[in-house]
Amino acid sequence: MKNQSPKEYDVIIIGGGATGAGTARDCAMRGLKTLLIERLDFTAGATGRNHGLLHSGARYAHTDPESAAECIKENMILRRIARHCVEETGGLFVTLPEDSLDYQDAFVHDCERAGIQADVLDPKEAIRLEPAVNPDIIGAVRVPDGAVDPFRLTTANVLSARMNGADIMTYQEVVGFEKDGDRICGVKLRSHRNGEETTVYGKVTVNAAGIWGHHLAELAGVTVNMYPAKGALLIFGHRVNNMVINRCRKPADADILVPGDTICVIGTTSTRIPYDQIDNMEVTPEEVDLLLREGIKLSPRLAQTRILRAYAGVRPLVAADNDPTGRSISRGIVCLDHATRDGVEGFITITGGKLMTYRLMAQEATDLVCKKLNVHRPCETAEVPLPGSEPDAADEKRRQHIIELSTEQKAAEGRHGSWSGRIEAKSDADEALVCECEQVSVAEVNYAIEELHVHNLINLRRRTRLGMGTCQGELCACRGAGLLERHDKCTQRSIDDLASFMNERWHGMFPVCWGETLVEVQFTSWLYQGVLGLDPDDIKSEA
Amino acid sequence: MMTLQQQNISDNNFESCIKCTICTVYCPVTAVNPDYPGPKQAGPDGERYRLKRPYFYDEALKYCLNCKRCEVACPNDVKIGDIIQAARIKYADHRPSLRDTLLANTDFMGNIATRMAPIVNFSLGLKPVKYLMDKVLKIDDHRTFPKYADTRFETWYKHEAAEAQEAFDKHVSYFHGCYVNYNYPQLGKDLVKVMNALGYGVRLLDREKCCGVAKIANRCIDEATRDGENNLRAIREAVERGDEVLSTSSTCCFTIRDEYPHLLHLDNSDIRDHMMLATLFIYRLLDEGKARIAFRKDYKKKVAYHVPCHMEKLGWTFFSTSLLKMIPGVEFIPLISHCCGIAGTYGFKKEYYEYSQAIGEPLFKQILETGCDFVACDCETCKWQIEMSTHVPVLNPISVLAEAIDVDETRRLNQKPKV
Repeated sequence: MKNQSPKEYDVIIIGGGATGAGTARDCAMRGLKTLLIERLDFTAGATGRNHGLLHSGARYAHTDPESAAECIKENMILRRIARHCVEETGGLFVTLPEDSLDYQDAFVHDCERAGIQADVLDPKEAIRLEPAVNPDIIGAVRVPDGAVDPFRLTTANVLSARMNGADIMTYQEVVGFEKDGDRICGVKLRSHRNGEETTVYGKVTVNAAGIWGHHLAELAGVTVNMYPAKGALLIFGHRVNNMVINRCRKPADADILVPGDTICVIGTTSTRIPYDQIDNMEVTPEEVDLLLREGIKLSPRLAQTRILRAYAGVRPLVAADNDPTGRSISRGIVCLDHATRDGVEGFITITGGKLMTYRLMAQEATDLVCKKLNVHRPCETAEVPLPGSEPDAADEKRRQHIIELSTEQKAAEGRHGSWSGRIEAKSDADEALVCECEQVSVAEVNYAIEELHVHNLINLRRRTRLGMGTCQGELCACRGAGLLERHDKCTQRSIDDLASFMNERWHGMFPVCWGETLVEVQFTSWLYQGVLGLDPDDIKSEA
Repeated sequence: MMTLQQQNISDNNFESCIKCTICTVYCPVTAVNPDYPGPKQAGPDGERYRLKRPYFYDEALKYCLNCKRCEVACPNDVKIGDIIQAARIKYADHRPSLRDTLLANTDFMGNIATRMAPIVNFSLGLKPVKYLMDKVLKIDDHRTFPKYADTRFETWYKHEAAEAQEAFDKHVSYFHGCYVNYNYPQLGKDLVKVMNALGYGVRLLDREKCCGVAKIANRCIDEATRDGENNLRAIREAVERGDEVLSTSSTCCFTIRDEYPHLLHLDNSDIRDHMMLATLFIYRLLDEGKARIAFRKDYKKKVAYHVPCHMEKLGWTFFSTSLLKMIPGVEFIPLISHCCGIAGTYGFKKEYYEYSQAIGEPLFKQILETGCDFVACDCETCKWQIEMSTHVPVLNPISVLAEAIDVDETRRLNQKPKV
């Protein structure tokens, strides 16, 4: 960063996932001078690589009642504060003929104990509610599951932090810590965009880097043992189901099918991987087979539905404190004060937990920060709606408006909530679509570039869904690159960005590259290599 | 044994779209109306959103002409036009208006109008009537209504032709359609003349109803389905007695063959191959040497052929143009295939009139530049549009044949014992 004044922050938060962004929001709302740092882009880690399931907690009711109770509480909070990120689809836990109905009885009992509403349905009624479910089910329970868009949720938290005065830095990797005796007083950064190194100073530093927090802790001179577990998922081309479908059995591979925006996702697998593999998320043919085989049991229609892509994320499982063997894994929230634990002042690690409990994690971390700084302000993140989810007077007016909204206006409203009013089409050209599959207009792209920390196509994809649809960037990537170039004014950088974006899309299509997806890929490569002359040797990957 | 991955081929037609956008390039509406999202977006792209929630249905889909040129252009056999029409049927929330219902019910209107043809024709041409229809019903006052006939084709057939037809030893059945019945019986008479010369008797179907294209376009689906079921019954009876069923309208023929199964979910697989255009049937007869044809020596015309959209979709242009080219006195001018813009009842509606004419403009220009004596075309609504917009007369290829054929000689040729 140029012109970096020796500004000292109250708190520096490392990690632009839901937890980091949530912590930045909470800290900023409590009046702290806050800086949020992200190595790459928001949601680049586990936050952007999961089901997008708004857990009711039912999944954990049997194995982990405490997490289940946290989940249902946060579930209800998110419906209020993040309504533009949440879709209240409802969920089913279905018992297949090969599974025992005994589990269902215990499951309903456990749900009730955790405070999760669980209604036993006649299988016929469940099939009527969700026609895509396997028609052979012998049992069904309805729970308050839903879908949550982790990209939108994180962006909204970042926006809220910014509105409350926080500074935001992306593409800044932490390369070391500045120490004053036993106290961490600053963070050394290297820019991923120009290699420049800087130092920022803060009274307290929060490690919210998920699985990468293991490495950060090492840099800070403390040990947090993490055990990366890889989970692979498949994205189908359209919504087969409109309710979440879970398999009613002990949590196992590929037993949740979630409808998310225009697609649906089956997952996950679970494989322990070595720590040095956390940036290498390949999905294997065996994983694809397993996901498809098990997914078809939940919804037979998946067998004949186009698969868009495969992806994998890493669950940051944390070894319970003082257990160097890692045998006792904690699944709950882990908030470590390294002063009391390791004698390192000014350093906190917040980890464990799950997307559903990001707000609670942020609250626990912020409580600890405030305690250290001797600030006494209560947490308000459970009450104050996120930007985009505010009750909106214009909302009702828009609904009553006689003019019909076009599909892309409706889609943008879904993505940005009440803030979609800020997307302003100044001319007919602004109304043109950049991404046709996901209905993203020129105006929406410009809004994202100006307001939502967008520097490249991957950022743009995460903020708007550009390139996430059926063609996986075939039509929109070059248009998006053109619009970015207008802001960035560097043609070569835009070309490199385009090449790396197309490669990133291909990376996810490769494991499922047959049938229509194969035709699509071939056509895309003709366009980009053949017609536009993009050189595959130019490709540099983000990670 | 097939693996799971080998079996995972989508059976959702819209998922075959590879987003190449060639359909939008060929869409006649997109070119003139920026409010229409184009077939790709309205079809396969929009379908994903509508499956998410019907809320995402875009009212702009009403601008689709249902010309199916998108489907002809598609390299991956996506039924784009069907997807759009099915979405309109399923999601559009407004009930068909009085105007749409009147325009859709060609049988009902034709029945009344032919009984009072002179009065109806006279009034429909009057300025105050046109003004009122424009203001009250939103039927554009620029539009010229096709004239209604005093005697319906069916009535003529019963009194003048039916008996003679049974004398033939070979027969075809004829789906004449509303236009021939109520507006232009001459085309039906021409078909009877040509088929008789070729040695075939022409029978009518038992209680034929409108093919339903106007009802489908105006979303009167229950009525269209009822009519469709009736027509399939009548066609089945004809096929069972050994007849092929001919049509002189590319749109009626296309509707019965393709729209019945795709949009009305009526199974026509048993009769589909027996339902065909008269020009196809005649071409095959001649090509296979099963019949011969002789033309008048004094017939000299410059003929431009226009390919109607549904003819393009049927893929049968070759048969009509080949027959025209067989006529020694015809100077044949192929027109570049382009929608005329009327699309049945679409062009009659005030809100579409302007687009309708803009779509047809390049075609009208082309026609006027040829200096042809008339345009030949297998569709009656194209005929109205072209005649109104260019003042060049339009004839069905069957009518051209009827005029150019040497009836006595042809009859003699086909009476000779075949080798």
